[in-house]
Amino acid sequence: MATFFGEVLSAYSRAVEEEEDDEDLEENEEDEQIRRELEEKREVHLHWRPEVSESLRSGNKLQCSDFVLAVGHNAARFLSVYVLTSANWDTVGHASVWNERSRAVTGQTNEESACIFYRHKDNPSVVICQVTCYIAEDQLFQWTEKVFDCLQHRELNVTVLSDSSVADYKTADYLCTSSAPFLRSIHTGTFSGQPVCQALEQPNIITGLPAAVLNHCQVHRIATVVYQCYSDVIGPDSVTMETYKPALTKLGKSIQVDCSPSTDILRKFVKTTDIQSNLYI
Amino acid sequence: MFIAADKSPPSFKDFTLVMPAVAVGNVGQLAVDLIVSTLNMNRVGYIHTDCLIPMAGNNPYATCKEDAEEMHTPGEVYTAPELKLAVLQIRAPIIQTKSKKFRQLIMSWIKASGFSRTVVLSSSHAYQRDDRQMEGVPLRYLITPSLLKVSADALKELGWREMERVPAFPGLTDANMEQRLCIPGGGITKGLYTDSCSEDLPLAVLLLFCSEGDNIPDAFTLVNHLNDWLHLLDNPGQEPNKWKIPTSWSLLFGSGIPPALF
Repeated sequence: MATFFGEVLSAYSRAVEEEEDDEDLEENEEDEQIRRELEEKREVHLHWRPEVSESLRSGNKLQCSDFVLAVGHNAARFLSVYVLTSANWDTVGHASVWNERSRAVTGQTNEESACIFYRHKDNPSVVICQVTCYIAEDQLFQWTEKVFDCLQHRELNVTVLSDSSVADYKTADYLCTSSAPFLRSIHTGTFSGQPVCQALEQPNIITGLPAAVLNHCQVHRIATVVYQCYSDVIGPDSVTMETYKPALTKLGKSIQVDCSPSTDILRKFVKTTDIQSNLYI
Repeated sequence: MFIAADKSPPSFKDFTLVMPAVAVGNVGQLAVDLIVSTLNMNRVGYIHTDCLIPMAGNNPYATCKEDAEEMHTPGEVYTAPELKLAVLQIRAPIIQTKSKKFRQLIMSWIKASGFSRTVVLSSSHAYQRDDRQMEGVPLRYLITPSLLKVSADALKELGWREMERVPAFPGLTDANMEQRLCIPGGGITKGLYTDSCSEDLPLAVLLLFCSEGDNIPDAFTLVNHLNDWLHLLDNPGQEPNKWKIPTSWSLLFGSGIPPALF
């Protein structure tokens, strides 16, 4: 594309990458092997507790009536602070996901702490999952299929809590964003409940793991609702975490929400910003 | 793969399928939005695949509060049985490494469903046109041999231009240069067309040369050309066609601007 001053700029498209004619060219064996190894490395692996693995191997899926998924740091910390501190929960498994954004943290298996499944001790059909790692676009579908393959689908209710930035929220009325953090909901066709907040208005959309879950549940007719929290704070924030409270009220009988957690617990989970990122305190 | 929305799977036998290619300016997808919105088409199923980036949103064609909360996925099929028309809408980019797999998925679905013909709406980078392509209407078509047998007369009457082949190595002046098809910015368009030729599927491509920007006028242009052929809208007289813009086409360039900014 030439500009007025005669220099040539390369134009790019929002929609497509440049055509990959070489996709159809034959790859040599070494390239193919590298590609295969990379694909294997990017595979999503689920690791369950021995008795759960045993049960799954013999063809019995996890009995599950309520599945709560938290995607993002504030959503995950909300569950940690308001639900999981009651110590009525067992860790039943975790998912390991590697992609280019995974950082190796010495002394800690980062993968393990990034996606964990919990089950209620007294009511084992209530399962919670916290996802704080980045799951790449090509891994979202796989993660969803593998996880839902382990859960029985009959009368399953799924609730997803998801963090988002208010900068991504499109509205004609700019004043709306000053009321951040706020919730918006979107649900599948078979969800018959009443969402606790306004529906997500056009032209806003959901992307990432919550979208992959919604897609799966819509085609498989599983009652699912996603509560997306739009916040103007990038890091962990107690006000943002609190915004999720109404989302779990429907599950009050199955999940006890601790309505006023102690400041000690809050402090533990809302750590101050790292030194290297204090430019925008 | 295709998953029906209702318990009873729909029949597509002898239907015409219109589908977009995710291409420059998203023109094909915008044009398909206009078709679904104007003809009030019903969703009959989903294309559920790992080849599309997941996304979800509430009803993009909502007309009132009651139907606004219906969830939609990135690959959906709509029909207008009275017109024997089916439309596939693709709302998300194809994952880069899965482009071939997606093409194969679509091809086998088309074959299994028994569509009488498929029309792919697409676009190509305007800045890569050669001298011939810069003159006249920026619309081009491609058609597979099996569909040409049936539609040759209609195409002649419409006076459309076939997409030109270009030299494989432009700049070289060898007269025996091999000519090949090149659709820059067209996504899977070329792949779909060449696969359909080799598998003898009745398929046509309708594409517009355009650039990224406000592509709404391009969408209208493309859908009006399509209408000249398929007569989706019955419009006696010379009035311009009344295509209905869906509610999802709002705020295409961002949120409202705070006046305090100025």
